[in-house]
Amino acid sequence: MVSLEGDWLVGDTYVDRGVSRLLHDNARPSGIGFDTHGLGHWDSTLLVFLSQLRQASAQYKIDFDETGLPSSTRRLLDLLPVQEVLAAPDIHKSSIAESVGVRIIGVWAEVIAVTTLVGETTLATASVLRGRTRMRSMDLLTCMQEAGLEALAIVTVVNVLIGAILAFVGAIELQRFGAAVYVANLVGIAVVREMAAVMTAIVMSGRTGGAYAAQIATMQGSEEIDALSSFGIPLLDYLILTRVLALVSMMPILYLYGSAVGILGGFVVAVAMLNVSATIFMTQVAGAVSVTEVCFGLAKSIAFGSLIAIASCRVGLKAGRSAADVGRAATKAVVVGIVGVIALDAVFAVCANTLDF
Amino acid sequence: MNDVATKLQVKRLSVGYGDRIVQHDVSFNVATGSIFAIMGGSGCGKSTVLRALIGLLRPSAGSICFGPEDYWSATEERRTEIGRGFGVLFQSGALWSSMTAAQNVALPLQMFTKLDSTTIDALVQLKLSLVGLDVGRDSMPASLSGGMVKRVGLARALSLEPDMLFLDEPSAGLDPISAKRLDDLILDLCHGFGVTVVLVSHDLESLLHICDDGIFLDATTHTAIAHGAPKAMRAGCDNPIVHAFMNREKPAVEGASHGG
Repeated sequence: MVSLEGDWLVGDTYVDRGVSRLLHDNARPSGIGFDTHGLGHWDSTLLVFLSQLRQASAQYKIDFDETGLPSSTRRLLDLLPVQEVLAAPDIHKSSIAESVGVRIIGVWAEVIAVTTLVGETTLATASVLRGRTRMRSMDLLTCMQEAGLEALAIVTVVNVLIGAILAFVGAIELQRFGAAVYVANLVGIAVVREMAAVMTAIVMSGRTGGAYAAQIATMQGSEEIDALSSFGIPLLDYLILTRVLALVSMMPILYLYGSAVGILGGFVVAVAMLNVSATIFMTQVAGAVSVTEVCFGLAKSIAFGSLIAIASCRVGLKAGRSAADVGRAATKAVVVGIVGVIALDAVFAVCANTLDF
Repeated sequence: MNDVATKLQVKRLSVGYGDRIVQHDVSFNVATGSIFAIMGGSGCGKSTVLRALIGLLRPSAGSICFGPEDYWSATEERRTEIGRGFGVLFQSGALWSSMTAAQNVALPLQMFTKLDSTTIDALVQLKLSLVGLDVGRDSMPASLSGGMVKRVGLARALSLEPDMLFLDEPSAGLDPISAKRLDDLILDLCHGFGVTVVLVSHDLESLLHICDDGIFLDATTHTAIAHGAPKAMRAGCDNPIVHAFMNREKPAVEGASHGG
């Protein structure tokens, strides 16, 4: 006879205390019954104890008589299996060679998928330019507003500060040689050639790229993509093209704007703190920055825009269907976007160096 | 059974994800103009079979024929063309969240017809009236109730005048009154338009109320274990799992269809 007394609640000392002492000793009882007169409050803790006791009794062929237990406890106990449920053995264990192979095939499939997506987007863009598309102009305008107008504030802040920082850094060195006026050249070239395009792309990758991936991944989870497919509405026209075109058309504008405010940032620092006259600063900038430089920046910004848009759409389409997958997709899109932009910028730098401009 | 009245013929269909087979060897015919039920417990693969029927998941074996044509052997263009005759109501409604209810119904018409906006508007208003959506036509899906979302979903499924409707758990998540209303609506619409309906459900009430024929899928054996009208299945089916399901009892055999 087992007498159960007092409260059995989660948070008390762990209940395993009884089972081994009761049954694993040499003097095993032939049967177990219960006396619950002293039993106070109880919760799952008691059930764990009873279930373990019952399992041990089955193992040692001891009679387990539950009639002494309260009826509510018996009902819950009936729901539990008498034998411990064994986890199904994992039959398939892949070798290292197999998993490496699967990885490589996966990467290759991804390369093909991305290449196809880039090709299809290009073809679709061509048909948009010829005026033949099923894309909704309203969607395009909404996307353009999100990727353009609404991004102006953050693009302004980042680029003004970058211009100002460049002016400060340059001034420290240049002032030593009495060449503070060349701060204008430094700011002009750095901003127009590199910083405006790269910084704007990084900002847009975090802001818009992440949003695209999260939007598309959410649509995946809520069966919206399935609904589009079931109607035969091409995802390319409806989801991807609008986003790619919006970002590709807005990026050059944001780049030009970013360059202007970046130079403005440098201008303020140069005029207010380095005593460079406003006219001289502007003349120097105009002399330093050529049209080629601006075109180079524009080309970069278009490339960055397409990279960010296509990568984040692809990440969104590949995402799973849960809330966690949406988060993962957004993170991945931002990481891929930023790393991609910087890597692509390096390629541009090498090309420019080789072509000598 | 390949007579003129057969709208959809499924032969030895197997579906699954990767190596995992969800259902295998499933065969059934759907008569033109009937309401056909795919029944079974939660997690038995009803929706997966439906995904294969509507072209979202390529089956691992077997054939699905609409009329004389094998759907999955057809080219992608042809599949899209056949699919244009389908209307699908997804389990969650799956309304496009960036558009209002009315725009959701209008989009397929704008994409695939050359109708002018006045005609499209008239058609949209008609469809929304048919499903009984009197308010909230210009609301975004997020601000609609569950029942309203399903109604808009149904109106959208009907937008291209389909000859087949696929409904995935239409009454799931609805209160008994809304569920009953939706059932009646499905009956009216399908008899009115002469649409053939394939419906996935485990809602006994609606199965017994609206379905003419059906198939019962089992989660343990991964295949169909009974064919026939839900009413007939309830009245007398030898299979203990089907019997238990149709009469809302605990199955007599262990390991019967349960699961997530």
